[in-house]
Amino acid sequence: MSDTLTLPTRRDEDYRYSDLAALETLWPITPEEIHVAAGAEESLQVVLDGEAAVARHLVITLEKGAKYDLRVLSAGPVYGRFALDVRLGEGADFTFGAAQLATGSENLEIVTKVVHAQENATSAQIVRTVLAEKAVGTYLGCIGVERGADGTDAEQSVRAMLLDRTATANAKPELEIFADDVKAAHGCAVGELDAEGLFYLMSRGLPPADAKRLMLQAFIAEAFSGAPESDELNAAAQARLEAILG
Amino acid sequence: MLKIENLQAKVADKPILKGLSLEINPGEIHAIMGPNGAGKSTLGYTLGGRPGYEVTGGSATFNGEDLLELEPHERAAAGLFLGFQYPVEIPGVSFVQFLREAANAQRKGRGEEPYSGGEFLKLAKEKAGLLKMDMDMLKRPVNVGFSGGEKKRAEMVQMGVLDPKLAILDETDSGLDIDALRICGEGINSIMRQKDKAVLLITHYQRLLDYVKPDYVHILSAGRIVKSGGPELALRLEDEGYEAVVHETAA
Ligand SMILES: Nc1ncnc2c1ncn2[C@@H]1O[C@H](COP(=O)(O)OP(=O)(O)O)[C@@H](O)[C@H]1O
Ligand SMILES: [Mg+2]
Repeated sequence: MSDTLTLPTRRDEDYRYSDLAALETLWPITPEEIHVAAGAEESLQVVLDGEAAVARHLVITLEKGAKYDLRVLSAGPVYGRFALDVRLGEGADFTFGAAQLATGSENLEIVTKVVHAQENATSAQIVRTVLAEKAVGTYLGCIGVERGADGTDAEQSVRAMLLDRTATANAKPELEIFADDVKAAHGCAVGELDAEGLFYLMSRGLPPADAKRLMLQAFIAEAFSGAPESDELNAAAQARLEAILG
Repeated sequence: MLKIENLQAKVADKPILKGLSLEINPGEIHAIMGPNGAGKSTLGYTLGGRPGYEVTGGSATFNGEDLLELEPHERAAAGLFLGFQYPVEIPGVSFVQFLREAANAQRKGRGEEPYSGGEFLKLAKEKAGLLKMDMDMLKRPVNVGFSGGEKKRAEMVQMGVLDPKLAILDETDSGLDIDALRICGEGINSIMRQKDKAVLLITHYQRLLDYVKPDYVHILSAGRIVKSGGPELALRLEDEGYEAVVHETAA
């Protein structure tokens, strides 16, 4: 990450797609430290659903055998940035499930750096983004595997759905691997709702907005599957979807 | 109930329906048969309002309303059901949730009270039972992992719950084994064979018509109905083939 005091510019990779004017009002972002002790299991759920611009930066350390389950729903802010720096110790396990829902000229971004510092740690990131009108949604995700961190299993699944051709999705998954025995799966896709599925649902009587909402709910639920409070997250996502689809 | 006059439609800029006329009255069961590529599915999709199926001429009136002016969901609420030749898989969307929302959206469109959770489940169970379908299957995502036969039976369960006035069933018999064919046939009879309802069966084969006896049989070829008759026409087709029967008309 760049210097914490100078305001970033477009040239900073991590801020390439940020709303810099909004960022300036939030700068500097104070990192929030989270430490998960050896063998401990913790979880956190963050819902960003206010309209105001927000930027958060979590710095998470997982000790040996620690488990952390983090879920984020970003649905409402005109500018919302959620940055993560995660460092995994031996055998640690990190799950990150996030959904970003935006419309109008909202700009939402998730920037992650997940470092496997020692052996046999696992990480899984699932990010689902839904963008309408002129919204911008970004995922920049770097997975680092340090020398000696053999037995690493790191997964990234990143998908964005554009409801209008005027919306923009940016996705950049990156790998920096310095160990030999590493499993790193990443999938990244930007698409539109399946037209055939939509017609099928509408032909049974669902108005277009409801047909879209049903399909999008399923899409978003992938990010919250297995979360301790998945019902709550899905309900909040549904409310925002209804607002976006009008 | 449904009056189609001189209907013409294009798909991907290619004219497919070339002046099709057909009238279906309440209480009637019609079968449309015809070779592959004749335009049977196009007829179903055009009447259902599928995007990309562009009407270039003619009319379709459904219970006095201009069907072609309505959105797909409005056609459903007006009482039209389109059974798909290839029911679409929709990952992550639960069959029962979807069907309940669809049924209640239709009811809302007609100014009726929505089904409560209990009422809906009772109705869905009854229709699933009729089609010998396990309720557990219906808790799964829409059509995902269903066999060909299960998909078609699930279509009939939806038809039972939605209770349409007119069902257009596109090759409901394809992909069915003998038992499933009988179950679907009996399902269609029990749900749709009523004085105030009608069915348009699209099929290639006579075999479904052994269970669902049509009042009229039409042959569709190159985007037009080229011959109409009673149930015996389907039997002749089975014996002589489309070529002979269609050719005789042209001659
Ligand atoms: N989406 C499409 N794009 C282009 N051509 C199509 C499309 N759908 C159907 N057709 C063409 O329309 C004709 C009629 O197809 P269809 O209605 O599916 O026939 P049937 O159901 O009688 O077998 C065929 O020539 C087919 O190739
Ligand atoms: Mg067909």
